[in-house]
Amino acid sequence: MTLRLGSGQARAGAVIVAVVFLAAIGAPWLLPWDAATQDLPNRLQGPTWEHWFGLDELGRDILARVLLGARVSLIVGLVVVGVSSIVGMAVGAVSGYYGGHVDQLIGRVMDVLMAFPGMLLAIALVAVLGPSLVNVVIALAVIGWVGYARLVRGQVLRAREFEYVTAARALGANTFRILARHVLPTALPPLLVQATLGMAGAILAEAALSFLGLGVQPPTPSWGTMINGGRVHLLDAPHLTVFPGLFLAIVVLGFNFLGDGLRDAIDPHRGSRG
Amino acid sequence: MLRYLVRRLLLTIPVLLGVATLVFSLIHLVPGDPAQAMLGDGAAPQDIAELRKNLGLDRPLLEQYVTFLRHAVTGDLGRSFRTGQPVTTMIVERVPATAELAVAAMIVAILIAIPLGVVAAVWRGTAADYGAMTFALAGVSIPNFWLGPLLAIVFAVELGWLPVSGRGTLAHLVLPAVSLGLALAAILARMTRASLLEELRELYVRAARARGVSRAVAVTAHALRNSMVPLLTIVALQFGAVLTGAVITETIFAWPGIGRLLIQSIGFRDYPMVQGCILLIAVTYVTVNLITDLMYGVLDPRIRLE
Repeated sequence: MTLRLGSGQARAGAVIVAVVFLAAIGAPWLLPWDAATQDLPNRLQGPTWEHWFGLDELGRDILARVLLGARVSLIVGLVVVGVSSIVGMAVGAVSGYYGGHVDQLIGRVMDVLMAFPGMLLAIALVAVLGPSLVNVVIALAVIGWVGYARLVRGQVLRAREFEYVTAARALGANTFRILARHVLPTALPPLLVQATLGMAGAILAEAALSFLGLGVQPPTPSWGTMINGGRVHLLDAPHLTVFPGLFLAIVVLGFNFLGDGLRDAIDPHRGSRG
Repeated sequence: MLRYLVRRLLLTIPVLLGVATLVFSLIHLVPGDPAQAMLGDGAAPQDIAELRKNLGLDRPLLEQYVTFLRHAVTGDLGRSFRTGQPVTTMIVERVPATAELAVAAMIVAILIAIPLGVVAAVWRGTAADYGAMTFALAGVSIPNFWLGPLLAIVFAVELGWLPVSGRGTLAHLVLPAVSLGLALAAILARMTRASLLEELRELYVRAARARGVSRAVAVTAHALRNSMVPLLTIVALQFGAVLTGAVITETIFAWPGIGRLLIQSIGFRDYPMVQGCILLIAVTYVTVNLITDLMYGVLDPRIRLE
């Protein structure tokens, strides 16, 4: 019963993620409205048959902007998770495999980065680097790699004692080959779970930074920027805030469902479904 | 225990030094000249030079660093570029508001999470469990910067039950605390469920049931009580998330705390104030983690013997 529920969640998550990816990719062909086209006489108009999510303060189609916002969110998520996991994997593997002073040094750097609540450091970095999409990605990658590095380090510490790793070393395989072929593959399943949950975290963080005015800048549509922009019209046009937020919550929930389901599938004993 | 205490305290020193170093280097990450960035493009060269001197940016980097550390240790974080007031004074004035919000959010989270986690654990594998955990996962996924304005519309504007923003009475605290506490409640509910499930499998619970103790008493008086230790640790470890969440919640509800001060200071490019706020929040976070570790060492002797 428990496993079935967990799998159902994972499946629901996979469907949500797939639909959002397809909608984001196909946005320009799916909708007759361009995200930048303005219909000023009908600005702030609520949902209609023509414009399902209504129009914003400049008369732009909110559905078109929400779908384009999905592109921004997914791109940020993919780049942040990609960069963080590659850097984290390399650093964690080196730290765990070599141990000693290298491990100590990397450990202290990670301790310092972990001493900051993650989003706070991202806010600080974007505040000094300046608000932009690129700086958001940099800030989120700077705080993101630590989690992957800790995970991989732990896996490598365990794997380097395995007999087949010792055998590969005895056969003269070089360090890179041992790490790449024999050690790192053991870390891939938990890494996949962390990356899926990391997508949810990165998408939420980008939206939060954009909401605070530190991320994506108008006119580029981003869910965070749209929610912030809609606050002024919360009373007369709540649809400006409701739809981007709803999409954001659904996508994050999708990745969380998927990550949770994958974790349960990989390690049913430690999974959230107990 | 004393050895554990000293060792844990000594381990905190390099972390704090690293935190201070990172906060110090923030101003040097500003593209171009920080003084120019603070004053804007149209600033006169003599004004820029004067600000550079006031901020100490005209001195060698190492000297700036040593001065920053020396001053930070004594609580001197410089003066706000915007108001001219000492950064420390301005931050200290806002500590009570942020502390009040953080504690209230944690109380809200605990009040929601424990019943939810207990229901999910006791009726494991049923619709109640599924519903409670889906609610918990949804809680983690709903951004507080979206939930906050929606709560304000319903409870402040439409129903008129609560004030929409500001700080003063207990009623002012409700919406920001719920908005901030919900995500934490979701995490805690999952932890409560996992922790309680482990305890419910223990022999002492079965023994209590065999002695005729009712299921409700076995759960609440025995299993739940023992599952509280790891839960308290999770609550403390989530303090960082609450502080970060407070930055957004304070901005939404015009709550006069450190988070709002930080965001306002970023808008004004008041870098000394930004550094001060970040440093204070990070040091608070490290301290809370240290206290949690020490408490855990007291509660569980195996930790301090490792």
